[in-house]
Amino acid sequence: MVPIHHYLLLGAALFTIGVVGVLTRRNIMVILMSIELMMNAVNINLIAFSSQLGHVSGQVFAIFVITVAAAEAAVGLGIVIAMFKNKETMNINEIDLMKW
Amino acid sequence: MSVEQVLFYVFGAIAVLSALSVITLKNVVHSAVALAATLLSVAGIFLTLRAEFLAGVQVIVYVGGILVLFIFVIMLISIEKSIVERQFNRQWVVALITALLLIGELGFVVWRGKDSLVVAEGTQPQASVLGVTGNTQLVGETLYGQYLLPFEIASILLLVAIVGSVALAKRKTQAE
Repeated sequence: MVPIHHYLLLGAALFTIGVVGVLTRRNIMVILMSIELMMNAVNINLIAFSSQLGHVSGQVFAIFVITVAAAEAAVGLGIVIAMFKNKETMNINEIDLMKW
Repeated sequence: MSVEQVLFYVFGAIAVLSALSVITLKNVVHSAVALAATLLSVAGIFLTLRAEFLAGVQVIVYVGGILVLFIFVIMLISIEKSIVERQFNRQWVVALITALLLIGELGFVVWRGKDSLVVAEGTQPQASVLGVTGNTQLVGETLYGQYLLPFEIASILLLVAIVGSVALAKRKTQAE
């Protein structure tokens, strides 16, 4: 039996790696992938607690998180394609129309 | 060490290393492949937690659906130009400090509270609760019973996302 705080530390590590990816990369595809990483970290925590407490609700919530991740990926990739049509770039620093 | 422990540490190491390569590799296709490795090892971690249904969903939906969608889009738009330009923001030092603070805080909190996370001996769930009855059956019963309304809301969310992404991707550009 692996103690649960190892799972939580793994989730924290994956989440932080995702945060670093979102904050430092300039390529929008990598930013979307980092968001997927963060959602996976949350899923690890949910399922670790679900199996620790013997309650299946955590797994159901993980299914909802996966649903939201799928919706987010669909909309995000639609935005990427629209952005590429208009600006011919994947670099988020060039998308500064609404930047003050 | 039991098989479960060995599997957890192996999959965890693969997950963290490939997650690091997702955010450091220059080529976007390489990042996508590293993300596939991360997602598959997270599915393995779900297996060590006896969440077989979730492991299957992870492989089918994440790796088979979302990641293939990512790779489609990467192939649709040209990647040659984006490889040669600079990959990281100017403020990466600040971002790194923020991330170090975040991981320090999370690690500290988890480490300090690790004794309160252990379930007392008497209230420990039987293995049959999650294992023997059939994980898929249990998840299905809970999803379509207790969580029926959230399930329907999730399906509406997916519908909205489909309509939204089609509308976004089909929009005419100014040149046309």
